[in-house]
Amino acid sequence: MEKSSSLKLFGSWASSYTHRVQLALKLKNIKFEYIEEDLSNKSEALLQFNPIYKKVPVLVHDDRPLAESVIILQYVDEVWNERPILPADPYERAVMRFWCHFADDKLGPAVGVVFASSGEVQNAAVDQVHENLALIERELREGYFKGRKFFGGDSIGLLDIVLGCGSYWLAVFEEVMTGVKLVDPEAFPLFHAWLREFEALDEVKETIPAVDKLLEYAKAVRAMLLGHCMGNTGVTDAATPATTAAPATATASVPDITVDSS
Amino acid sequence: MATSNGPVLLDFWVSPFGQRVRIAMAEKGIEYEYKEEDLFNKSELLLNSNPVHKKVPVLIHDGKTICESLIIMEYVDEVWSGKVKLLPSDSYQRAQARFWADFSSKVYECGTRVWKLKGEKQEAAKKEMIEMLKLFEAELGNKTYFGGDTFGFVDTALIPFTSWFYTYETFGNFSIKEVTPKIGAWAKRCMERESVAKALYEPNKVYEFVCFLKKYYGIE
Repeated sequence: MEKSSSLKLFGSWASSYTHRVQLALKLKNIKFEYIEEDLSNKSEALLQFNPIYKKVPVLVHDDRPLAESVIILQYVDEVWNERPILPADPYERAVMRFWCHFADDKLGPAVGVVFASSGEVQNAAVDQVHENLALIERELREGYFKGRKFFGGDSIGLLDIVLGCGSYWLAVFEEVMTGVKLVDPEAFPLFHAWLREFEALDEVKETIPAVDKLLEYAKAVRAMLLGHCMGNTGVTDAATPATTAAPATATASVPDITVDSS
Repeated sequence: MATSNGPVLLDFWVSPFGQRVRIAMAEKGIEYEYKEEDLFNKSELLLNSNPVHKKVPVLIHDGKTICESLIIMEYVDEVWSGKVKLLPSDSYQRAQARFWADFSSKVYECGTRVWKLKGEKQEAAKKEMIEMLKLFEAELGNKTYFGGDTFGFVDTALIPFTSWFYTYETFGNFSIKEVTPKIGAWAKRCMERESVAKALYEPNKVYEFVCFLKKYYGIE
């Protein structure tokens, strides 16, 4: 076996980006030390290991830090190649990377805006989320992922991990914001079905926090976001919804949940 | 009608994202057909090849379409795995290369704010631009290229944006070159490579293009 090496994961319990890495490590049966970060009071270590973004998750392997969840996942897959999460075929890898980027560049930020806003801005963001989900639904229905149980095929892979860890927020947000419907099973039957399959997996259940904890957390953050942003959600520039949606100000718990926390 | 079986690149002459791919293909010695797209009147081919984003560059290869410049670069590096490799072979170095290549895309988004906006927002964008480039300088250190001795993934990803610096400097009324001289020196070295020299346009041409864009979008 490998000579002893150290593997540490800096994360935050409610961060879907952290869950991605935890899930991948669990699937591959890799032991690691987990360090919970208080995002309102980041440790010196975190700031030192991720000076550019100052975010979780950060994986430190033999004292060498890696940041950005999708980059971490690919690294983990290359170093520990049992139970692969990326496909071997270059084209299929490109497809997975494309949709991972879509999830983080389009879908995630739109969901973040829904959560951080109200009124017209929120309505527009909800439409955006639906448009994004419709694109994924189409791929499942008639495109590249047609007929697949998971995006990765019979078992979950990179894209399942990236989309799945984060999609649980959709149902949580629907609970917190009555009247907002994000994943209508009738509008997105295949996406909905995939998400249920994903969430039923043991490894996923062991990774993602209990729904009631997520709900309680989301309610608190939502109240704070709306309280701080009365009349101005800070989302006026459509070009940069991601970075302005979750005000870095108050922070304690502004979670970076779906917005740029990778 | 059947075109060659080789790869086809849908692109736009001044697109720095397209240039990344052109440089990558040239570095790896891959022959391909270049198709210029009119972004103001997008072709059926482009809209069908990239229905999600409707953007260039798009690589069409063996009936498959690959979108997003960095993803195309990785694809090309994997499929044409000959002597020239863009990504390093060490896993940690690869992760670092992906990280910095990803970060380089933010230069363009920031630069767009520099030439589009005014007042406080423009000032903020200028500051961000300098901060980002200083981070790149620190990462480059005393190396010849970001890839070390060899021109690689990060070099390919970042170099196209350097031809936009003159535009940012002019509209932003600030100097990038003076504040980040190492980047300037690195850019010069890169321009000595045929792959880069052939792909990039003179900063003046880029500036003319942005002037045209401002008129087109009615931005003053």
